[in-house]
Amino acid sequence: MLRYIARRLVFAIPTLLAVSIIAFIIIQLPPGDYLTTLMADWASQGGAVEAGTVAAMRERYGLDQPMYFQYYKWMAGILLHGDFGISFELGKPVTELIWSRLGFSLMLSLLTLCFVWAVAIPIGILSAVRQYSISDYAATFLAFFFLAVPDFLMALGAMYVMSVWFGQSVGGLFSPDYVDAPWSFAKLLDLANHVWLPVIVIGLGSLAALVRIMRANLLDELSKPYVTTARAKGMSEFELLIRYPVRLALNPLISTLGWILPAVISGEIIVSVVMSLPTTGPLLLRALLAQDMYLAGSLILLISVLTIIGTLISDILLAMTDPRIRLT
Amino acid sequence: MTDIAQLPPATETDIDLRDSNIAVAGQWRLFWLKFKKHKIALVSLVVICCMYLIAAFADFIAPLDPNATNARFTYAPPQGLSLMHEGSFMPHVNQLKMTLNTESMRREFEPDPAKPLAVGFLVPSAPYNMLGFIPMETKLFGLVNAKPGDSLYVLGADRLGRDIFSRVVHGARISLSIGLVGVLMSLLLGVTIGGISGFFGGWVDLAIQRVIELLRSIPTIPLWMGLAAAIPVGWPPLRTYFVITLIVSLLGWTNLAREVRGKFLSLRGEDFVTAARLDGMSEIGIIFHHLVPSFMSHIIATVTLAIPTMILAETALSFLGIGLQPPIISWGVLLQEAQNIRAVAQAPWLLFTPAAAIVIAVLSLNFLGDGLRDAADPYESV
Repeated sequence: MLRYIARRLVFAIPTLLAVSIIAFIIIQLPPGDYLTTLMADWASQGGAVEAGTVAAMRERYGLDQPMYFQYYKWMAGILLHGDFGISFELGKPVTELIWSRLGFSLMLSLLTLCFVWAVAIPIGILSAVRQYSISDYAATFLAFFFLAVPDFLMALGAMYVMSVWFGQSVGGLFSPDYVDAPWSFAKLLDLANHVWLPVIVIGLGSLAALVRIMRANLLDELSKPYVTTARAKGMSEFELLIRYPVRLALNPLISTLGWILPAVISGEIIVSVVMSLPTTGPLLLRALLAQDMYLAGSLILLISVLTIIGTLISDILLAMTDPRIRLT
Repeated sequence: MTDIAQLPPATETDIDLRDSNIAVAGQWRLFWLKFKKHKIALVSLVVICCMYLIAAFADFIAPLDPNATNARFTYAPPQGLSLMHEGSFMPHVNQLKMTLNTESMRREFEPDPAKPLAVGFLVPSAPYNMLGFIPMETKLFGLVNAKPGDSLYVLGADRLGRDIFSRVVHGARISLSIGLVGVLMSLLLGVTIGGISGFFGGWVDLAIQRVIELLRSIPTIPLWMGLAAAIPVGWPPLRTYFVITLIVSLLGWTNLAREVRGKFLSLRGEDFVTAARLDGMSEIGIIFHHLVPSFMSHIIATVTLAIPTMILAETALSFLGIGLQPPIISWGVLLQEAQNIRAVAQAPWLLFTPAAAIVIAVLSLNFLGDGLRDAADPYESV
């Protein structure tokens, strides 16, 4: 087991390296660098730009160095000092801006994962056990529908329904009174009051997919001879179901974490933009639109790294629950 | 995500294997026989064909110019089309009576049943070029003898008084074609890279598989956003369109590459391939003469399932304002208008009309792809 974990950890290193290079390429993609934009801004406002200031800033950010050196400098800053660079637009270090937002993103993604799993498994089981019943058809139809509706449309639809039918404005994770308040039990309650809608909106697409997988897995298991044997022994139908086929059907489900997690994080970003939640989504969009590339690159890097770590954890979980995997 | 969404299997075979027609039927005939039994997929095929036809003949079908603004009719509601008027057949819409609500300072519209406006088919219009080169002066439908002040907003109007129906019809051109062009690009990438991976095997295969795994483990939206945001704002629309398509297909080819590689690996050892090789056929000849035709149907199914993801990606990027920009009309650009929830609460048709178009297109393509995939294994249950 330890050897398996160690091997997975070693394999993750090149992936992390590749992700950091991709994030760096995205930082470098827009034509010109941030200083060119800044200079154009100053010039349009009639301010004179001293050549000395520009040169000093170039040197400070290493903009006059070759690409690979800039990459090295960026990575060294992150790894050695936890320094992600400066957000040019907001004039603050990137680290100051991202951690609380990253925290909310992580919380939202984890809550969504829990919601998806807690709801998908029972529905999948029901759908398989009562195959071709009305509830199975209803679940199938809804699953196809939710797979076809993109998350941001779902978010807009949910906001429309909430504001027109229930007269509530939706947006943010807190009521205005609590946004800047220190953490307390009341603030937590307020958060719980707001968080369920985005969680459902983000989760529905993945939920639909998981229900279909759970149903297919369980149907495969239900027709196997060991189920008949257990039934012949006189085991109660419910105990039989939970003890054998469901347990086996759950294993392939764990391996889906590898793609559910990126899907949930993608969904979280776009839904946050629509519902203006204080997570990484709106910050990333704003940084990209303003070409604030250190902020944008750092966000993309951190989001991808979190996803890779999540996938790694899911691989290890899978190995723990299924001995066949860690032996190969 | 769509590749795990399976329909309940088509009803079990009622084709008799001893029937001499079936026994000698070619691959494509078996494919069609099996596909035919998948009723939802068949209906979806018709829907998809209609949508692409509507997109192609958008100029003819849209009653109004999608860019024509009309300040009198900002946020005009949909005018329901009725077929009968006072007991006789006369397709018509009711004229909108506008009142200014002095309290909210908004225009309010009320249909006036006393003033029906006749709607006719093949009505004369201002000259235009259908498909860009056929000069026409007729539209599919429109108001008969329209007077100034008459309006025909089948599905409502937006904040500039532009006709939503005409805009959705025109938006289908961009949104649906991005799916096709994007899929062609990923097909090219996927088949080439997957083919190389499956055919050569060894370390080439290993390296390509690692790259694919890497691309699949990164959340797509932030990556797309990062790439799309690098497109300069001043670029001409056509260039933006192609770059967006390229970005969308840049991550879409991985599924196809895996599929092609898997097929190459499993077919490489088949008897008919060995036979061809012993016959002295060249490797290239084997690939294009024996391998490619035998997994063509699988490719078509996978490609169909890839189109909706491309459509959704374009829609999401344009909606966020970093994809296509107005004056280009695509479904995502139309949804930009629906970003403001207050505007949507006042005029829900801004959101629901383009949304319905997207959902219908994606749903039908998913069903169609599922049906094709089931039919791609003709020997399984026929």
